[in-house]
Amino acid sequence: MKISEQQVRYVADLANLRLTDDEIGRMVHDLDEILTHVDKLAELDTTNVEPMAQVLFEGEETSALRPDNEHQPLGTDVALANAPAKGGGHYKVPKVIER
Amino acid sequence: MNITDLTISSIREGLQSRRFSASEIAAETLRFAEAENPKTNALLVLAHDRAAAAARRVDETLAKGEDPGPLAGVPIAVKDVIVTKGLRTTCASKLLEHFIPPYDATAITRLESAGGVIIGKANCDEFAMGSSNENSAYGAVRNPIDPERVPGGSSGGSAASVAQGTSVLALGSDTGGSVRQPASFCGVTGVTPTYGRVSRYGLVAFASSLDHIGPFARNVRDAATLLKVIAGHDQADSTSAPVPVPDYPALLDGNVKGMRIGLPAEYFNGLASETGDVIAAGIEQLRKLGCDVREISLPYTEYAIAAYYIIATAEASSNLARYDGVRYTVRSADSDTLSDMYRNTRGEGFGAECKRRIMLGTYVLSHGYYDAYYLKAQRVRTLITRDFTKAFTEVDAIVAPVSPFPAFKLGEKTQDPLEMYLSDIYTITGSLAGIPCMSVPCGTTAAGLPVGMQILTKHFDESGMFRLADAFERSRA
Repeated sequence: MKISEQQVRYVADLANLRLTDDEIGRMVHDLDEILTHVDKLAELDTTNVEPMAQVLFEGEETSALRPDNEHQPLGTDVALANAPAKGGGHYKVPKVIER
Repeated sequence: MNITDLTISSIREGLQSRRFSASEIAAETLRFAEAENPKTNALLVLAHDRAAAAARRVDETLAKGEDPGPLAGVPIAVKDVIVTKGLRTTCASKLLEHFIPPYDATAITRLESAGGVIIGKANCDEFAMGSSNENSAYGAVRNPIDPERVPGGSSGGSAASVAQGTSVLALGSDTGGSVRQPASFCGVTGVTPTYGRVSRYGLVAFASSLDHIGPFARNVRDAATLLKVIAGHDQADSTSAPVPVPDYPALLDGNVKGMRIGLPAEYFNGLASETGDVIAAGIEQLRKLGCDVREISLPYTEYAIAAYYIIATAEASSNLARYDGVRYTVRSADSDTLSDMYRNTRGEGFGAECKRRIMLGTYVLSHGYYDAYYLKAQRVRTLITRDFTKAFTEVDAIVAPVSPFPAFKLGEKTQDPLEMYLSDIYTITGSLAGIPCMSVPCGTTAAGLPVGMQILTKHFDESGMFRLADAFERSRA
């Protein structure tokens, strides 16, 4: 097995994802199958091959920068319009400090 | 006027000769969609007010004798991962069920400024993750050609809408084949432009280094016209390229004599036989047009799926972290602590495929695995891109299948996620390299299922791709 139930539970925790026991079981099976396929990459010698993080275009070093001009942001009310809970111009969340 | 046959040019001609108004087209299209959309579930929302207002603007501009723009009065469906100000945008997820975006994507602003009329938001796989449009929280989409079959994915609703006639053009998004594969399955034209050609501002992020907005249309010229409108540098997206946009439709002269076409040997092995026959007939047609067709090799093709599903899920796990119950309308009801609220909201809200990809992406980025998986995959991405760079020193375009098989039945592949991933083999390579690629209808199987032919060209050479696709389309007419 490429991945254990314990590892799946650990990763779900890292991902802030509550999974049911059924989902955990299914996930162990699916991830194992996918990771086994992905192991194909180990066949390749990639020494001295640069990693590609982004598709690049020809241009000046600064061509991705916009002029540093003032512009009007959305504003608090608009930005908060989709919040499930809000108050006093802020997002509201359950208590953060757990005793 | 027959709504299901309209094209950009037939609408333009009808508007200029006053045979119909933009408002009439919009109203007729919406009436047709109300009656027919339930058969496919291609559209999630019809934008009655927005469409009426846009059409009225076109009619008023025409009445003043002014040019209403290259997309004047054309009904357009927009994949529900592209934000529309004031118009609900769900990404086909329960997590955004009530989300009303506060701004328009750049592509939306541009197409409405060109006179386009947004008719509705198109169904898709949840957060664009899937190859069959069966992963929508609002129900699967059915293929208008055979309702027992899938329309492809993830932009299945966009492709199905254009094929069915509830829109003339559509916007989709493509990360690993999500425009080309549904275009192939539904018998329409679908284009993935060069990475950075179209601004991603307002495209809800799945895998940022791979995401593209791309057009669907009933013919190559219309797809080229739509791309010209939405393409070009945008200050709001620092990855959009400051490269001039040619007048694509003006370059379609039907002459591809002497164009060098490469057929990658690796793309013709695992094909279903009927798909192979249709593509072979298409290639024969290219020879008759005077193209210089030769075999080439893209040796790293077999590693593309593995590299893609590491890179795409890694980026997705990071991009989807924001759906945590704080900002986007949906929050799990009873959670006493912040940490429980995050976990419960995400656990209840995401569908199975999103969960699988978040898990895989989190795993490959986690301590101890980053180098072995993520960095390795990025190095392999370089090798795959080099394959194409080398090929394009020898040929002007590459021609290949889009999918190993035509549209499959609903439920046929849902039990085996890896099998579903493997079916993306022919589209994923071009996505990793970031080159322009498209699907153009090539023929049908004996059962009448459409088969698309894929055309790929080098970075920013959409012109060459469109010229070949257009000449091919004319030769079939």
